[in-house]
Amino acid sequence: MSKVQRGTRPWRSIDSTVLLQQLFVHLGTPILAMFVTINSGISGYSGFLLVWFFLHLVTASLLGKLGKKKKAVSDSVFEVLSSAAVLVFILFVLSVLQPVFQLGLENFQVHHLFEDAKDTGVDTSLDIGGLGHALLGTLLTVGLATLFSLPIGVLAALYVTEVRGILTPFVRFFVQAMSGVPSIIAGLFAYAVFIASGILTYSGFVAAIALSILMLPTVARTAEEVLKLVPDDLRSAALALGGTQWRSVRMVVLPAARSGLVTAAILGVARVIGETAPLLLTAFGNREYNLNPLEGPIATLPTYIFQQFLLGTENDVRRAWVAAFVLLVLVSIVFSIARLISSRFKQA
Amino acid sequence: MDEMDSISTYNEPATESVTTPRDEIIVTDKVPTAMEARNVNVWFNDHHVLENVNLIFPKNSVTALIGPSGCGKSSFIRTLNRMHELLPGAKLGGEVILDGEDIYAPGTDPVGIRLKVGMVFQKPNPFPSMSIGENVLSGLRLSRRKVSNKSDILEEALTNAGLWKEVKDRLNVSAGSLSGGQQQRLCIARSLVLNPDILLMDEPCSALDPGSTRKIEETMMELKESMTIIIVTHNMQQALRVSDYTAFFLAEDGNPGEVVESGLTVELFHNPRDSRTDDYVHGRFG
Repeated sequence: MSKVQRGTRPWRSIDSTVLLQQLFVHLGTPILAMFVTINSGISGYSGFLLVWFFLHLVTASLLGKLGKKKKAVSDSVFEVLSSAAVLVFILFVLSVLQPVFQLGLENFQVHHLFEDAKDTGVDTSLDIGGLGHALLGTLLTVGLATLFSLPIGVLAALYVTEVRGILTPFVRFFVQAMSGVPSIIAGLFAYAVFIASGILTYSGFVAAIALSILMLPTVARTAEEVLKLVPDDLRSAALALGGTQWRSVRMVVLPAARSGLVTAAILGVARVIGETAPLLLTAFGNREYNLNPLEGPIATLPTYIFQQFLLGTENDVRRAWVAAFVLLVLVSIVFSIARLISSRFKQA
Repeated sequence: MDEMDSISTYNEPATESVTTPRDEIIVTDKVPTAMEARNVNVWFNDHHVLENVNLIFPKNSVTALIGPSGCGKSSFIRTLNRMHELLPGAKLGGEVILDGEDIYAPGTDPVGIRLKVGMVFQKPNPFPSMSIGENVLSGLRLSRRKVSNKSDILEEALTNAGLWKEVKDRLNVSAGSLSGGQQQRLCIARSLVLNPDILLMDEPCSALDPGSTRKIEETMMELKESMTIIIVTHNMQQALRVSDYTAFFLAEDGNPGEVVESGLTVELFHNPRDSRTDDYVHGRFG
């Protein structure tokens, strides 16, 4: 008689004593840590967390010893260490996000997205005015910067992956070196070339130049990686069908890498969307809408945040938090789009 | 035996093993030549991979290039449509004659050569961003040829590649939805659209199952009515099934690869002149 088999996961089954031991360690350690903290006069949450961390290392090792496996001790210590690192990481992220979201949402009003700050002075109530001019300015400057750096970045990547000319190692080297350029230097460069020389005034255009210097390495490197993923077979096939190199690239290589190239652009945008220093030197800032990127100072979210914090009054600081919140939401939207597109790219 | 009689030197048994002045497929005047390789040598940088290959490819025939891995067959086939020069460090000696002219003569446009000499690769490589129909017609767009009767050309190419019935209702679907064998036949159809005189096939079935392989072999038998086929294969049975002529390549002890023996496929398999050919075709090495 054959028994009807039921699927189990034998590799997962834990016998009950081990389960009890683990329960005891994971629940017992924090209680023990609390006890130690209170009785030893170490104060506060952070003291408790520290005590818990070290106690857990000890108890986890003991648990490993109980299992009578030599490897188990180092395994449990490693487990505790890496879990602690993850906890610290999450703590960092949350403590950055928490005040921005709390203060931002507390003070945010929908009209902030559309109104500018020309009627707001120092410490004006948040019911008046907004940061629409800064939001639009950010979209304009970053959009322009993308327009400049995307073609150059993709062409540079094509030079490295398709043309493979004698300059290839130099292009790679310069792209890498450029990614180390401090953003303030990029700002100073654009300022010196365009504004100090009198060619242009503070403007969105000059800001976009500064930003594209920062975007270019990100776009070029990502584009290169994506183009490298296009199989050589496709290039050979296109050439064997009587395509010139440019037509093969345009008809076969670029379309095959299309969504990856969109990701490259978005990663470039994410790289510069929060930049402040170069914008202070090139876009300067403005209290009202400036739709002309070629002339006159233009507000952007980072410079707006900076300037509101500098004012320092209660309402202005609140405005800064609202702007920080809007910027964060904008960045997360950009990143979500990038992830969505790149995950679709991997499936294809 | 009629066919054999028309070939001048094949019935003469080789008296001294490897003393033929030129290893080549020898044909009578009755069989016109589609392409001829004269003293073809291939290097990658300073590495000499192929030495003095002399082969004649008769029109409307299938020639199989066989030999163990690393003997230079694939390098050789890539010299026939100027794909060789795209590899880094590639160098070449000798001539490849097509329509009476050396395809490597100064001023010859490699793009024009590739239009006359099509190529099918080892792994099926349809363009992922294009539909089935777009893939078949991609050669026209890549080479900027204007045609008025696209749909006729599409149907003809797919029919000749033996794929029309399977895909006629889903020409707008992505080529990635086809099976490996169908993809390879799509790649053949893609080459046929350009109406090449010669079709090079570099191990076209090595990634395919026996059923798909049989279909591609049937396709080849039909295609040779209108073109010349040169196929690299590791599969001895396949060479025996599909080819009229065979050239056996071998690279020995670090020497560059060379053609050990070439001739009618039946001769080469059943009555080889060189003992190494005998050993290879009977699976004693390689």
